[in-house]
Amino acid sequence: MRITRPFAALAAMATAGVVLAGCSSDAGNQAEDTADNSAAVETDVEFEAGTTMAELNEAGAITIGTKYDQPGFGLLDPSGTPEGFDVEIGKIIAAKLGIPEDGITFVETVSANREPFIQNGQADIVVATYTINDKRKEVVDFAGPYYEAGQDIMVAAGNPEGIGGPDDLAGKNVCSVEGSTPAENIRTNYPEATLTLFDVYSKCADALTNGQVDAVTTDNVILTGLVAGNPEGFELVGNPFTEEPYGIGLAKGDQAFRDFINDTLEESFEDGSWADAWDATAGAISGQEAPEPPAVDRY
Amino acid sequence: MVQFFIDNFPLLRDAFLKTLQLSVLAGLLALVLGTLLAAFRVSPITPLRGLATFYVETFRNTPLTVVFFFIIFGLPQIDFAVGFFTGSVLAVGLYTAAFVCEAVRSGINAVSPGQAEAARALGLTFGQSLREVVLPQAFRTVVPPLGNVWIAMVKNTSIAAGFAVTELTASLQRLSNANGGEILLVLAAVVAGYMLITVPSAYVVSRVERRVAILR
Amino acid sequence: MSAPVLFDLPGPKARARIRIGTVIGSLLVLAVIAFVLVRLNGNDQLDPQRWSVLFDPNSGVPQALGQALLRTLRVAAVGMVVATVLGLLLAVGRLSDHRAVRIVVTTVIEFFRAIPLLVVIFALYFVLPSFGIRLSTYAALTIGLVLYNMAVLAEIFRAGILSVDRGQSEAAYGIGLRKSQVMRLVLLPQAVRRMLPVLVAQLVVLLKDSSLGFIIGYFELLRQARSLVEFFTPRFGNEYTFQLYVAAGLIYIIVNVLLSQLAKYIERRSRRSPKTAATQAVDLPDAPSVTGQTSI
Repeated sequence: MRITRPFAALAAMATAGVVLAGCSSDAGNQAEDTADNSAAVETDVEFEAGTTMAELNEAGAITIGTKYDQPGFGLLDPSGTPEGFDVEIGKIIAAKLGIPEDGITFVETVSANREPFIQNGQADIVVATYTINDKRKEVVDFAGPYYEAGQDIMVAAGNPEGIGGPDDLAGKNVCSVEGSTPAENIRTNYPEATLTLFDVYSKCADALTNGQVDAVTTDNVILTGLVAGNPEGFELVGNPFTEEPYGIGLAKGDQAFRDFINDTLEESFEDGSWADAWDATAGAISGQEAPEPPAVDRY
Repeated sequence: MVQFFIDNFPLLRDAFLKTLQLSVLAGLLALVLGTLLAAFRVSPITPLRGLATFYVETFRNTPLTVVFFFIIFGLPQIDFAVGFFTGSVLAVGLYTAAFVCEAVRSGINAVSPGQAEAARALGLTFGQSLREVVLPQAFRTVVPPLGNVWIAMVKNTSIAAGFAVTELTASLQRLSNANGGEILLVLAAVVAGYMLITVPSAYVVSRVERRVAILR
Repeated sequence: MSAPVLFDLPGPKARARIRIGTVIGSLLVLAVIAFVLVRLNGNDQLDPQRWSVLFDPNSGVPQALGQALLRTLRVAAVGMVVATVLGLLLAVGRLSDHRAVRIVVTTVIEFFRAIPLLVVIFALYFVLPSFGIRLSTYAALTIGLVLYNMAVLAEIFRAGILSVDRGQSEAAYGIGLRKSQVMRLVLLPQAVRRMLPVLVAQLVVLLKDSSLGFIIGYFELLRQARSLVEFFTPRFGNEYTFQLYVAAGLIYIIVNVLLSQLAKYIERRSRRSPKTAATQAVDLPDAPSVTGQTSI
């Protein structure tokens, strides 16, 4: 019967698999030494009745929106567990609310649906490389910032195009992600650059490797992660030209919850858990020391 | 609402034209390549038949998104980097060619055997009888299915949004990120853009279908 | 086999020529394959170490791809079942004697055939919440696939129903069956059986289309492969990028080829079956217009 041909191919692949499984991969070796980093869960905490904190504590569950495509900040590991700096910040807040780790549900939020997710209650908080700005403040509130990023540029190693900053991008082919703030910034303020827009940054990295684009631009933390993966291929220009304070998005007008998160963040800045979270995630990838924590903005 | 359309008209117009351009170019590629493949599939030379069958089976069973990946990011691995628009035309065109091939082949099979027999009796070669007698008749029968392939292909160009082509779906992503409150308007505009191509096409197809049916 | 009327049975001379052509053709194909392999090797893409990640359970990659395949199959299976049921209803509706029903059903079918599935899925997930309807990525993808495929399947079933010999329904009316009974007891069973191969072929399409879930972040096979690439990129650069995408592509091809073979097998069986004898052979020349709109 003709059905046998695909089966034969399948068998050949399985054989190849058995042979290949003999030699272990870099990825397999690395996976074994992932650090286990979990914040200590508060066991007896009391919140004023009627507050969001009391509700969440009572339920023992929280839904946190984060991105699944930001190296070092929010990404799924092969087993499907979210990991990254944003994820750790989320865990710190959950722990302070007395919610154990298995009570946290992470949902993927992308740039297009972060505000709707908060407004519709699909996420209790959003920790998703979420830049605090006035337009967003009209519909949601922000705690934090818990990190200050800045838009930067990544180029091929050796910087063959001699790009030193955004002004040098004129006439160059610059890669970013469709609908993202960095892309919007280039479009508005540096219209002479040609934008190439994908849906994720890894495609930009591939395009830069292949010489299909001249540069990649987005927040420096994400670029650092990409450079770390391919230090022979890429380099960071290292000249941030915007300020991107990352905040934690929550429902508009929930002042008590916002104060609570701000307190939690400040505490984590002081007791070192913030720095630990950095070291275990973004820091582990980029090899960079934890920076000075930013000042919380209680607007 | 009016203001929204005034502000974003240039983007939507360019995106619409990009979708149209991508569709037309990919469609031409698919038509030419697909017809050639169909000729291969009915040719006397076994390896050509095998090659065409392999081509069709591979592309029919692969998601277009995967084809895109191989063209945009796979070709550079064999040192053939292509531009993103060119790559998208290639991806959509190569993929659709498999379906064009199948449609044309059924058309060839639908031409009465007497026609081919008569052509051969006149001493025409395989190539001649295919070119002069069978294909012209086959194309008339396959206009409706080809029209349907065309409509499906126009919609499939939406995948290029993920590969650096600012066509209609990409503009949907961009505008919905920037205008959360007006997402419904954005959606309506983009859907209208697609329907501007697909609905008239469907109309033409059904007209032709009716005419061909009478001719038969 | 496909159209032997197009050429004579080759004589000795022609056979020799064909043999030469065969050799040259095969050499050319081999040359292309060799060229690709050499170039890939030149870019170190054939390094076994880079491929072993696909089979090394410690990397978590085989498990991740396996589970993603299950998620893909789940969406496809649920989507197919629901789309088939709704497609049948729509097909019957489109053939209804009531003008209003016909117009509504035709509008629904044509609307979903006219807009890209990608846009439908996007709208279900990102636009519906502003009307208070929240869907999970799984639900949004499944519903999107259902909406599109029910429209396509409705057209397939309609063609199937119309392909049943008119004598069948005339005879059924003749023995006093009502309209709904004729449809339910006589036309549909034959039409469905007749269209079974096309149905399985449509499953292939649906399975392929499930890869469009990437736009809303459903972790089907392709999104999973991309996520693994994202995960490995900061650690190993593009060491595994090509390999992971090839793996995802191959899994799709294998599953779909198996399904296509199943479709062909069912078709061969149903051709022989006397139960479809009363249906016209719709695959020639009308099937292209049926399959043409479906299998892309």
